[in-house]
Amino acid sequence: MGVAAYKNMNIDKLIVLIVGVAGIIFTYWFFLRRKEQAVSAEGEIDIVVDGGYNPETIQVPFGKPTQINFTRKDSSSCLEEVVLGDFKIRKYLPLNETVTVSLTPKKKGTFQFSCGMGMFHGKLIIS
Amino acid sequence: MEQADKIKKSFIVKGMHCGSCVYTVEKALKGVRGVTEAVTNLTTGKAVVTAFMPINDQILKTAVKNVGYDLINIKDQVSNIKNEEEKKKELDQLKRKVIISLFLGSLIVWGSFPGLSSTAPIILQNFFVQMILATVVQFWSGLDFYKASIPAFKHRLANMDTLVAIGTTMAYGYSVFITFFPNIVQKFGIESFAYFDVSTIIIGLILLGRYLEAKAKVKTSSAIKKLIGLQAKTARIIKGNKEIDIPIEQVQVGDVVRVRPGEKIPVDGIVLSGQSTIDESMVTGESIPVEKYKGDTVIGATMNRTGTFTYKATKVGKDTMLSQIIKLVEEAQGSKAPIQRLADVISSYFVPVVIMLAIATFVGWYIFGPMPSFLHAMLNMVAVLIIACPCAMGLATPTAIMVGTGKGAEHGILVKDAQALELANKINTIIFDKTGTLTKGKPTVTDIALDQRSKIKDQNELLQLAASLEKGSEHSLAEAIVKEAENRKLILNEVKKFKAIAGHGVEGEIKDYKVLLGNRKLMEKEKVDVSQSKGTIEKLEKEGKTVMIMSVNGNLSGFIAVADTVKESAKEAITALRRMNIASYMVTGDNERTAQAIAKQVGITQDHVLAEVLSQDKEKKVEELKRKGQLISFVGDGINDAPALAASDVGIAMGSGTDVAMEAAGVTLINKDLRSVATAIMLSKKTMRTIKLNLFWAFAYNIVLIPIAMMGKINPIFASAAMALSSISVVTNSLLLKKQKI
Repeated sequence: MGVAAYKNMNIDKLIVLIVGVAGIIFTYWFFLRRKEQAVSAEGEIDIVVDGGYNPETIQVPFGKPTQINFTRKDSSSCLEEVVLGDFKIRKYLPLNETVTVSLTPKKKGTFQFSCGMGMFHGKLIIS
Repeated sequence: MEQADKIKKSFIVKGMHCGSCVYTVEKALKGVRGVTEAVTNLTTGKAVVTAFMPINDQILKTAVKNVGYDLINIKDQVSNIKNEEEKKKELDQLKRKVIISLFLGSLIVWGSFPGLSSTAPIILQNFFVQMILATVVQFWSGLDFYKASIPAFKHRLANMDTLVAIGTTMAYGYSVFITFFPNIVQKFGIESFAYFDVSTIIIGLILLGRYLEAKAKVKTSSAIKKLIGLQAKTARIIKGNKEIDIPIEQVQVGDVVRVRPGEKIPVDGIVLSGQSTIDESMVTGESIPVEKYKGDTVIGATMNRTGTFTYKATKVGKDTMLSQIIKLVEEAQGSKAPIQRLADVISSYFVPVVIMLAIATFVGWYIFGPMPSFLHAMLNMVAVLIIACPCAMGLATPTAIMVGTGKGAEHGILVKDAQALELANKINTIIFDKTGTLTKGKPTVTDIALDQRSKIKDQNELLQLAASLEKGSEHSLAEAIVKEAENRKLILNEVKKFKAIAGHGVEGEIKDYKVLLGNRKLMEKEKVDVSQSKGTIEKLEKEGKTVMIMSVNGNLSGFIAVADTVKESAKEAITALRRMNIASYMVTGDNERTAQAIAKQVGITQDHVLAEVLSQDKEKKVEELKRKGQLISFVGDGINDAPALAASDVGIAMGSGTDVAMEAAGVTLINKDLRSVATAIMLSKKTMRTIKLNLFWAFAYNIVLIPIAMMGKINPIFASAAMALSSISVVTNSLLLKKQKI
């Protein structure tokens, strides 16, 4: 049956197959093989919330008070809240305004932060 | 015209690090027209701008930016609840978009649906007209989908908006192509038929879903809003001879506040004069109004019922009990439950995986599907993109945690974080601290008995003599006797030759009588014969009471039994736990006999009594039981309980406890009601059940419906309806938790 399908395959089907497979590979590479660069926060860091968190991965020194300033420029309701679950912080981010989150990390490790629905993620690396 | 009122506004200035920065920023701010004063503080990093007219923040920001610094608005620190007005505006706009898209969408459906279109005006059947209507929906109503997905795409991220944007753009783009080039598709054997109905109705229904979801989500945070709303607006303080009303923010520690009947108590404090009944239910969950007298503490935001009194403010602003409760609840709502982790991991891969599946669907249907294969491939791909609902997964846990913690707070149960709420549901063993937790912690007189041969005429006379004697003593048992005499309004006599005999009791002379009050050792020492009353004494001792014997002029007169009485709610609390298959233990420093007596009263079984445990060893007992594989909750108060609270899986602190205990505990019961231990566990069970149901629904929905959509069994319009319903049902299910009885 596989052979029959192959024989029946017209050129357009072949193109769709190739483009489709390429599309799947591209999607995988584009969204899931993304490398994050950690930006280190020295006491204070600005994160722009626009289609995600930028920068997305930040390094925060252990035990030092750090201010993270979130400025939301994205009108989608998905990003209207930021949640730093490990630090028990859930903040509403008004559009185009800066909301400061202050924390003093008392544990080392990597902690995720995300939007209210857990669709967008960022990382705090405490070292 | 100039306004007489000055406007004051505070900002955060970023980038300042020296004195000259302060100067530069101030100068820049003062340079703005309308600003009369600008004060910048280097340590706090704040700038206060005074102006005689309203100035746009942006103008100030630009002025500061020009000199190399950033000016930032200070957000309301009390709470991060979304601004009501802004929210209303957003919801109204969304509603408008829903109505217009669904209206235009139905016009298109009328003009294009087979069978129905023949009844429609000719103009609606025209593809160009349909295209104009669909364009409005696609790029005005649906603008948010693009606005959310394009910046995300730039960061190589995808979200649910991406799915909707791709799905509707495909249907819309194909239809536009058909409209302009019908002949080209006809050449490929495809009927030239536009699918503007698909793109518009999908957008309309998804927006409708979002609108309903947003409206429901508002309700999940209603508990905290209620708490914030409890705050009084003003306080009537006494300054010299005058009474003045001032805004609550201006009340300072030490201010004397007057409260009249029916008024709200503004801040926390201690009663100076007067008395009243206060309804504290709104803050502590305690339903019975509490009597307050001089020296008692009052809680801000509670309601004064009958009397007028004055009190001294001891805690104001963010230190008040209400502010602390709000902070605790907000923190709990911001924390993440461990159960959410899996959903978090899945949702971060979800959207890209759905896009890949959608492409696979297109390829599969194009190659193997029936003719016209392109059309089937496209519509099924759109259905896969639209039916996928990552939102339900993301909403499943947080919405239930919000409702659960809020409901707890309404019942006087404060949960520290989502983790504690999740763990509490698995607790199978509870260790109660005895003194102050199961018992009232203050010894009271329980029995007064006269000896048959006594010359004393009644109980009151015996108590009067005992209390007169004990007035000078500081022992806690003495305190109980004096208090009882006060309660009975007895007048105490003068005592001569008072002597306290350590470890034995007290003696003294009252109205020429030589009175002795103490234990058996004292009586033996003074050669008072108690042999005939031995039975009575032992009986009382077996009940866990401390018996004090009194003799007058060398003859036995009677007994006063003093005991730490158990709380009224204790027995009921333990019975309720037993019904939930939770074992109750009691730990105490008391001797075995007293401990057993108390345990019997509250219904704790003999082998669950841990007696003669020093307070520093309570933690070890917790660890011991934990090693046996039990999930432990320790219930206690006081600083010395903190290690045991922290060592247990979920520590439960009673409200009268100190801040230290609250820090170590996972749950704090501010209503001081022992029955709330069972309620807290019930709340945890119900919340977890809701979360599990939500997660099951969210996963099952996607796992079942995505493959069905790939098989081509779902119409894209139905897909959008299903997806909208899915996230609404999760939020609604969480809201149902509110109505459940705990």
